[in-house]
Amino acid sequence: MPHAPDRLSPLHDRHVAAGAAFTDFAGWQMPVRYTSDLAEHAAVRTAAGLFDLSHMAEILVVGPQAAEALDYALAGKLSAITEGQAKYSLLLSPDGGILDDLVVYRTGADRYLVVANAANREVAAQELRERAAAFDCLVEDESDDIALIALQGPRSEEILRNVEGFDLPGLDDLKYYRAIPCDFRGHNVLVARTGYTGEDGFEFYLAPDAAPALWDAIAETGAGSGLVPAGLAARDTLRLEAGMPLYGHELSTETFPVQAGLGRVVALTTKPGDFVGRAAVEAGPAAGARVLVGLRSEGKRAGRAGYPVMHGDTVVGEVTSGALSPTLGYPIAMAYVDPEVAAPDAPDAAPALDIDVRGSRVAASIVPLPFYKKDSAHD
Amino acid sequence: MTEPSADLRYTAEHEWVAVDGDVATVGITAYAADKLGDVVYVDLPKTGSSVAAGKVVGEIESTKSVGELFAPVEGEVVEANQAVVDDPTLVNSDPYGSGWLIKVRFTALPELMDAEQYAKLAV
Repeated sequence: MPHAPDRLSPLHDRHVAAGAAFTDFAGWQMPVRYTSDLAEHAAVRTAAGLFDLSHMAEILVVGPQAAEALDYALAGKLSAITEGQAKYSLLLSPDGGILDDLVVYRTGADRYLVVANAANREVAAQELRERAAAFDCLVEDESDDIALIALQGPRSEEILRNVEGFDLPGLDDLKYYRAIPCDFRGHNVLVARTGYTGEDGFEFYLAPDAAPALWDAIAETGAGSGLVPAGLAARDTLRLEAGMPLYGHELSTETFPVQAGLGRVVALTTKPGDFVGRAAVEAGPAAGARVLVGLRSEGKRAGRAGYPVMHGDTVVGEVTSGALSPTLGYPIAMAYVDPEVAAPDAPDAAPALDIDVRGSRVAASIVPLPFYKKDSAHD
Repeated sequence: MTEPSADLRYTAEHEWVAVDGDVATVGITAYAADKLGDVVYVDLPKTGSSVAAGKVVGEIESTKSVGELFAPVEGEVVEANQAVVDDPTLVNSDPYGSGWLIKVRFTALPELMDAEQYAKLAV
């Protein structure tokens, strides 16, 4: 895909000053790590991490029929969420594949904010525009005018409460997957209790020119509580431990939601009307289509994207993401495997499968997702 | 972190080579370690095994990716660094010191880069 020269986040200077290493991500130069991805990962699990996600795409859908338009355009029933609520959803193709996975916030009676993956910005905006054309609403790609900062980890709330100049009415009642409009030193900020790490945390949507001040304020407030800036490398291992799919790895235009374990995201029963992809999803994928599973191995060698999964001498699947889990200490992977071998192994049973790790076999057991679940005391 | 000594030699695969008599100590450069990120697993050839110059003899794995270790010289592995196998983070924290990987008794020393030549590559 051709794209313009690398785009820089409004927080780029902060990252350079912090000594970040950068990676190209969907045409953006984004911090991959600041000092150590393991330390950043650990900070999010035990204290807090601060992420710049300004590359993410934000698309506004506004108008009297915004809810109906999204019910038609997306897999979920977005008309059913109330103002201040958020919902994970999918943009399906007419043949049932996944064009993008999204988080949708209802920010008003006739107003939604759709957050799409950076790499899918054009596709998501274009599809939403076309699908909403018959409805009384407007679709605006606001990605260039909205920055995104995430504060994630068990100490996030405590840090947030201490940020000077952040007026947070309603924070006491802000539950998971809820969002409230707030004011930070005269700037509007949508504060959402969402994230992609498996920890409690918040995401802040705001104007790019206000982002550096908020970044600095959170970094300063959290420094004494163990907060560190965290890069995309830590974000990837955090989401993998939390069993969250990543578009381009676990999700693609070739994947039906049910294969990815996302059947519940498609509102087949609660949405009576038609929506894009409905007929294909009802028909289902071809018989024998592979399904997403979690794999756990012994030792230190992780299966990685593209590595074959073996049952005896037969290839029965392929790894889509994998790493030596920083929190758990053993290798974990997500993989698509043939349905015949997809049942979780009994505890204590010998691993049923192998991952072909660059020519050598590493035994792997199928385990339930997520690999890591935060202590429920933090809920 | 140990500073790289001025007489180190370098390969295009971002390894450094320190020559002492007929034994070459081999590690990866700070540049390569930074590119990999936190190293979590190191696989090294066994002591006594023969290695051929330019061939893959080991792996250096980070959370994000896998780097291959190429033998810069032909010869026999006289020591593999057990400390780095036990604690792979030494590759990041001290790549030119305690994070060395293998010592090879070589038969012939190929043409390698000096620090100035390597600096042009590691940008």
